[in-house]
Amino acid sequence: MTQAVAVENLSVVFDDFKALDDVSVEVASSESFGLVGESGSGKSTLLRAIAGLAPATEGTIRVGGREVKGTRRDKAFYRAVQMVFQDPYGSLHPRQTVDRQLMEPLAVHGIGDGERRILKALDEVGLGSGFRFRYPHQLSGGQRQRIAIARALILEPSILLLDEPTSALDASVQAEVLNLLEQVRRDRKLTFIMVSHDLGVVTHMCDRLAVMQGGRVVERLSSADLVAGRIAEDYTRSLMVASGGFRREAQTA
Amino acid sequence: MSALLTVEDLRVRFPTRTGVIEAVRGVSFTLGRERLGIVGESGSGKSQTGRAIMGLTPLQAQVTAKRLAFDGIDLVSAPAKVRRDLRGKRIAMILQDPKYSLNPVMSIGRQIVETLRRHEKVSRGEARQRALDMLAAVQIRDPARVFDLYPHEVSGGMGQRAMIAMMLIAGPELLIADEPTSALDVTVQLEVLSILDKLVTERGMGLIFVSHDLRLVSSFCDRVLVMYAGKIVEEIAASDLPNAKHPYTRGLLNCMPVIGADRHPLPVLDRKPEWAL
Repeated sequence: MTQAVAVENLSVVFDDFKALDDVSVEVASSESFGLVGESGSGKSTLLRAIAGLAPATEGTIRVGGREVKGTRRDKAFYRAVQMVFQDPYGSLHPRQTVDRQLMEPLAVHGIGDGERRILKALDEVGLGSGFRFRYPHQLSGGQRQRIAIARALILEPSILLLDEPTSALDASVQAEVLNLLEQVRRDRKLTFIMVSHDLGVVTHMCDRLAVMQGGRVVERLSSADLVAGRIAEDYTRSLMVASGGFRREAQTA
Repeated sequence: MSALLTVEDLRVRFPTRTGVIEAVRGVSFTLGRERLGIVGESGSGKSQTGRAIMGLTPLQAQVTAKRLAFDGIDLVSAPAKVRRDLRGKRIAMILQDPKYSLNPVMSIGRQIVETLRRHEKVSRGEARQRALDMLAAVQIRDPARVFDLYPHEVSGGMGQRAMIAMMLIAGPELLIADEPTSALDVTVQLEVLSILDKLVTERGMGLIFVSHDLRLVSSFCDRVLVMYAGKIVEEIAASDLPNAKHPYTRGLLNCMPVIGADRHPLPVLDRKPEWAL
């Protein structure tokens, strides 16, 4: 199996704060890999470091076998790696139509045939061509996240970085977006790296996952192990308990 | 159980340029000293129901009801003064995100003291002491330090606890919690919920818990109202939830990915127009 993304001994330091501390993660191609942890655990920073949005202080990041350095990435990188952000209200340009937002990556990369590609991308994320000339404020949260996914897919990347793609959405809409993501992954044999604080979502979507706490990976395990309760770390277990919902007995503890 | 709150045929309308939008369309329920959950998706009117009871509906909206009574006081016809005295004192509301709902330029302690002194005649020293006690009651380890902090200096979980402290300090009889934990991490969520649960039980308050997470609500409340398009489509005891009849309730229950359940693809809601009738 070839490696899609390999991160070795990565540290990211902001002033005096160590956001990532000696993190190593390997993701095989066409695998779906999950990153779990609470706020401030560094899971989003890891994703952003891979995308070149956070500066790597130490360590190496290899994408598709090639090492990437600093925060500079070439065009070929962005054709291979795209990202979907958490908040669909913040990640779309409020004054551009869906059509223009989808046209932008094509224009940047000098890809023609925009008309056909935009219609295809909209179709793929389950929105008809009727959505093409709408503005973000005319769309619901779920529809916006679909547009964000369409924008990521329009360049036909091989790796998709997903930063809490459904946590701003309602439970019922979350199911729709997760199904959509699973389907495009199957159809296009994509590699997913998905960040979430919801263990249910991650075990549903990913084969393997890494649990992060305080900028470090505390445990790596497969979803099957997690489901079967083969957990080594207490922290993972506490996340597992937390995702089971509220129990009244918990209050006495 | 005597009814603490009676709601009958509550409607909230928003006049807009393109016509009147009815966000809440005839909601009726009664609440005793119990935990009631209101569940629905965005736009189902669950928050507007809570806000109408609290009297926080925007000015341009029209609130009508056959009966909207809190402990015998008619809230629809009550003058603003009466509502002001009720609000915060006898009915309190916890909002979703402490980042936006706390005053950013006022220390946490002063905000709590302000609530207390608005409703009770207490000396400064006593108010401070009670605020500190309340902060301790929401399990903040070092109340004296947190008292002087500003909202941006505390974490989300701590902010939400401070808000609970602020809402409970005047000893309300009815607490409306509008998605109190949606902005928090899963691990912190449970802590905040258990604090809330303990205080509500100890003080015998009525609680309305508004959320989109049906599972969470059902594990926390005694009774659940499921709302769709401004109406209650099903009312069900939390323990009875697995036997929910309405397809919408069942859809909400089934659409969450559950650890250990291997369902690909996830079942999604097939929204039927007749549900909104």
